[in-house]
Amino acid sequence: MRSIIDILDLSTEELDELIATALDIIGHPRKYSHICDGLKLATLFFEPSTRTRMSFEAAMYELGGHVISMASAASSSAAKGESVADTVKVISCYADIIAIRHPKEGAALVAANNASIPVINGGDGGHCHPTQTLADLLTIYREKGRLDGLTIGVCGDLKFGRTVHSLINAMSRYEGTRFVLISPEELRVPDYVINEALVRKGVPYSETTDLDKAMPELDILYMTRIQRERFFNEEEYLRLKDSYILTADRMKNAGDDMIVMHPLPRVNEISVAVDDDPRACYFKQVLNGKYMRMALMLKLLAEAGKLESTGLNGSRTVTL
Amino acid sequence: MNVDPIKNGIVIDHITAGKGAQIYSLLGLDSLDVSVALIRNVASKRLGRKDIIKIDAEIPVDFDVIGYVDPGATVNIIRNGSTVEKRTMELPELLTDVIKCRNPRCITTTEQELKHVFRLADAEKMEYRCIYCETKAE
Repeated sequence: MRSIIDILDLSTEELDELIATALDIIGHPRKYSHICDGLKLATLFFEPSTRTRMSFEAAMYELGGHVISMASAASSSAAKGESVADTVKVISCYADIIAIRHPKEGAALVAANNASIPVINGGDGGHCHPTQTLADLLTIYREKGRLDGLTIGVCGDLKFGRTVHSLINAMSRYEGTRFVLISPEELRVPDYVINEALVRKGVPYSETTDLDKAMPELDILYMTRIQRERFFNEEEYLRLKDSYILTADRMKNAGDDMIVMHPLPRVNEISVAVDDDPRACYFKQVLNGKYMRMALMLKLLAEAGKLESTGLNGSRTVTL
Repeated sequence: MNVDPIKNGIVIDHITAGKGAQIYSLLGLDSLDVSVALIRNVASKRLGRKDIIKIDAEIPVDFDVIGYVDPGATVNIIRNGSTVEKRTMELPELLTDVIKCRNPRCITTTEQELKHVFRLADAEKMEYRCIYCETKAE
């Protein structure tokens, strides 16, 4: 049974296919509005989330399907000590596809290994969050018209940020990608990510602490939040937390067609004044995330034979 | 120092000096009720010094453990006093329940029944990573 745990579970051809499906959904929403009639998504969110959970739920509703979920992790079987493996075996009897978020790293893989229906990782601790990266890729494609030949600046907490590692892994597979890694020394991209995603593939990159200097050469600036909970030392956090604040004034350093992205939520690393700048794309990412989750669920349900089993045919069946 | 040759059993040879005890422990040889010899710091033409383990019975051996600890070691199967099979070791692609993941955020810390599985991430650096959380093996 095919599941998606890591963005690297999808080939670049499959990413192209998902983007094509998402664009078709955007252009022809009615064609898709009943394609999942009778199908159920189970959202298993073992930790609080608003954006991701609602995005998955909205995505399934827009495909005509239903959503079942647990009220909260505190009231779930997990609170009684049930394992992830047992939980997904049970949920597999009720639903057609699962979206899971769990505070423990690797929980989504355990779910996928035990479920008899497709599992989508909606975030497993600080490890992977592939559907955020799908949102990022569609945003880049829609805004820049391509995924290759781009210079991408990633800025902020590059050490712990799972979205950053996923984005680097995904974009390093495209021809002509170049990365500028902008962070304080203490929050550099870990060496193993640099080695596996960049050095081994021969992807050019540079590291700097200077955002202003880096900005003019960027096609994309991907901002991230510096997270308090990652620091053992409050002083260290206070020293670093305001390292990079993107202001309207700072945006003058950027080219006219550079786009600003952010996985959200933001704290103060992008000032609200930047929101009105046409180059700010972070709220578009949210919308694009819903479309890509729709495309991904369609792909996995089709591969699992679920779309045919509900008797869908003709114009209500998409070619995936 | 002499240790009698074995008639039927296993000889793990060419172990890098100092790694014999780790292999002995990870293979669980201390719990066997057959004769086992761990010989340390034996003179070796090839290695200078080496460790050797002799097991006086043909027990099932997890070759992945030996490959992980010391890919340069060799395993000889002895039957009727003759070597019938000589195996060279290599780094295994997957290591199951040999080492534990130390990442407190890993799912293996809360789900006790899960096997601890590591994959070979970098053969040159002999680097293994947990398949669940990708934390490097210590």
